[in-house]
Amino acid sequence: MSAPVTQMKAPTRLEYLVHAGATTTTFLHSILKGQLVGRRCPVCHKVYIPPRGACPTCAVLCTDEVPVSNSGTVTTFSIVRIPFEGQRLTPPYACAHIVLDGADVPLLHIVGGCSVDEVRVGMRVEAVWLEIPQPTLATVTWFKPNGEPDRAVNDRGEVVP
Amino acid sequence: MRSISIAGIAQLPSKLAEHHMDAAELVQAVTALALADAGIERKQIGFVCSGSSDYIMGQPFSFVMALDGVGAWPPIRESHVEMDGAWALYEAWVRLQHGDIDTALVYSFGKSSVGNVDDALGMQLDPYYVAPLGVSPMALAALQARALLDARFANERDFAQAVMRARLAGARNPNIPTPTATTVDALLAAPWVASPLRAHDAAVRTDGAAAIVLRAGGPGPKITGFAHRIEPHALGVRDLTTSPSARRAADDAGASRIDVAEIHTPYASQETILRNALGLNDRMLVNPSGGTLVAETPMVAGLLRVVEATRAIRDGAHRALAHATSGPCLQHNLVCVLEST
Amino acid sequence: MIPTAVIGIGQTRHAAKRDDVSMPGLVREAALRALADAGLEFKDIDAVVMGKAPDMFEGVPNPELFLADALGAAGKPMFRVHTAGSVGGSTAVVAAHLVSSGIHKRVLCVAWEKQSESNAMWALSQTYPFQPPVTAGAGGYFAPVIRAYMSRTAAPEHVGWKVAVKDRLNALKNPYAHLQLPDISLETVKASPLLWDPIRYLETCPSSDGACAMVLSSDTAGVKNPAWVLGTSMRTEPLLFAGRDEVTPMAGQLASKDVCAEAGITPAQIDCAELYVPFSWYEPMWLENLGLAESGWRAVDRGDTEMTGKLPINASGGVLSSNPIGASGMLRFAEAALQVRGAAGAHQLDRARIAMGHAYGGGSQFFSTWLVGAEKP
Repeated sequence: MSAPVTQMKAPTRLEYLVHAGATTTTFLHSILKGQLVGRRCPVCHKVYIPPRGACPTCAVLCTDEVPVSNSGTVTTFSIVRIPFEGQRLTPPYACAHIVLDGADVPLLHIVGGCSVDEVRVGMRVEAVWLEIPQPTLATVTWFKPNGEPDRAVNDRGEVVP
Repeated sequence: MRSISIAGIAQLPSKLAEHHMDAAELVQAVTALALADAGIERKQIGFVCSGSSDYIMGQPFSFVMALDGVGAWPPIRESHVEMDGAWALYEAWVRLQHGDIDTALVYSFGKSSVGNVDDALGMQLDPYYVAPLGVSPMALAALQARALLDARFANERDFAQAVMRARLAGARNPNIPTPTATTVDALLAAPWVASPLRAHDAAVRTDGAAAIVLRAGGPGPKITGFAHRIEPHALGVRDLTTSPSARRAADDAGASRIDVAEIHTPYASQETILRNALGLNDRMLVNPSGGTLVAETPMVAGLLRVVEATRAIRDGAHRALAHATSGPCLQHNLVCVLEST
Repeated sequence: MIPTAVIGIGQTRHAAKRDDVSMPGLVREAALRALADAGLEFKDIDAVVMGKAPDMFEGVPNPELFLADALGAAGKPMFRVHTAGSVGGSTAVVAAHLVSSGIHKRVLCVAWEKQSESNAMWALSQTYPFQPPVTAGAGGYFAPVIRAYMSRTAAPEHVGWKVAVKDRLNALKNPYAHLQLPDISLETVKASPLLWDPIRYLETCPSSDGACAMVLSSDTAGVKNPAWVLGTSMRTEPLLFAGRDEVTPMAGQLASKDVCAEAGITPAQIDCAELYVPFSWYEPMWLENLGLAESGWRAVDRGDTEMTGKLPINASGGVLSSNPIGASGMLRFAEAALQVRGAAGAHQLDRARIAMGHAYGGGSQFFSTWLVGAEKP
């Protein structure tokens, strides 16, 4: 008797050519110029970054482009300490919700350039850019502490103005 | 059963490649058009249901980002099927039977241009016995077409004539890529790709989106029957020359006295099978839009058949049939019957 | 509406790797148990509804097509639902509506996942082009939200540990549960490594293969203790929007209000609940979100949610003990039904007349709930 077969390998490869769409294309152009440009919803006036084609709450196209700051505030975070397949960074690293000045939604990104133990709610950070920008948000490699005093964050995760 | 009407319809033009709009933008545009057509505000909608496929879009949870186009705030009652939007319409129709809400918005979107649809559909096959063989969906359709020829239910000229009819009708459809003019003899002169099928026997794949607004008891074409059935997946246990599931669905949906039918045919050879199974004849208008042979958007094609059937009723037809299919060799079939009010 | 009841329940043994069965074998294991429980056969079923999370977890698009044969669906309507992690619950809701609308008399619903066929962390961490380079896995997504809850409510750290211990001790009474950790204690949870700070290893759900199935019917003649469906809800909100409160999403609140309104009860009348808790902290978070406790963490700390407490939560061991993703939601719905049927075996609760099943998915944005009761509505 030969060993029972319990498993078969079926490697799969599917290729996709993804087009960015109109809204993301203008955003990527701004990244190439070293700028972060969001979009404002004409109904609720909230500024989204990365910009969204449609405002998620109002279901209208966001057409107004609004430059936002390179700096922002950490509103909550997690330290990733577990390795897993497909991971691009070596643990431990901090992923954080960062509300950029001038934006109304947090951007999920990495906080680097400091020990993970220093990352905290209210911390002020600024974008670190690759020297040669690529048309992807990964052109901002991470956000690093910018030395400004911490900002207060309320219990709804909003930066207190 | 509660009487449900089609209050509004919309589609975006089916294009060979829609590079300009992402999923959320497609959904925003098509749902806005359907709501305007129905004269209903977004906030009045009681239930939302959509159909899409991760393997078509190339992304897990592809329906999640598309939700941006719906305005799901305050939170909506919502569901999603990993199927053609025609089945999302079915779920919405069932949901409205519950009686607590009166309107539903249904949409679906798909892009054939981002990946290789045949490769993705080929992976639907039994992963243990069939998929590893690398059989393309077209080869399976050819197997079915060959069975039709062997049974003398059709000949290759019938396939070419189905393509001709689709292109002639499609030439009048402003929402699809303009079909190339041709003749039956020219079509028959083309080489086989998977004998007895030729390249033009396969649907022209497109990108697009469609949406429908349902309302309980309002004006507009009424849904008088709605049903679907599936067949065994194993092709060896099926008689590929017929479609008992389409026939059962048509019976369940009460598909009689039909004036116009919009049927979903991924391959020209399947029109013969579906005409027989659905009881269609030459007195009926079949696929006035040109049908899917001239424009088939994955996950949208079936819902769009209901949109087209609604148009036919608005244009004067009394009873129209819309059909959707899924799976290899017409495995799963849905029939929706509409009647003018 | 036609009164509808759960008349058959089945689930598989859940394990990290069910390499003793194929995908069809897995779904049949649950379906045949549900049919046997109902005293029915496949031929008695009018329609099949299948739910699972992303098809990329197994590498088979639209697997309902090839599984139709194994589930006796050939010749019948077969439907496929996908609402992310809430899908197991949504699948049961769709099946319930097919019966309550009068379209079908007996519907089999099945939800499953065979995570070992592929790599779920990989499928969950796929980044689309142009997006931020954040690959954090499911825990990385939810950990910041948990941190926000802890800071908002000043909840002490041990609350999460208590939930982790309670659910694993409950799982010892459930022969189907994947994790069997008899030696678990507050100390072992506390000593387990931080994966996604503040989430520790033992506060995290496993990755499981498994399936769950139920038969829903309007025909309860001869059925012992049917579990009547008193209310259902599916609620959705966008993934990300300005001002979103992800700690207590409004869609979750409404999913609870909807079912209570439909059943004509208040949350205080719910005897027990099976909540979708993939990380221990989600128990106190959902207790508050669903209106089941004023302070979720205090309820946990008082022991209210233990099997002997006043509102037992996840007597089955919950998602923390078995997590076949697509099936996890239906397991919650099914375990709620088992309790009101008095058929939960060793983890049966003393007083379970009305029970809630709950599931959520995406970025805490898709919710499905139902209430089941021992008495016909």
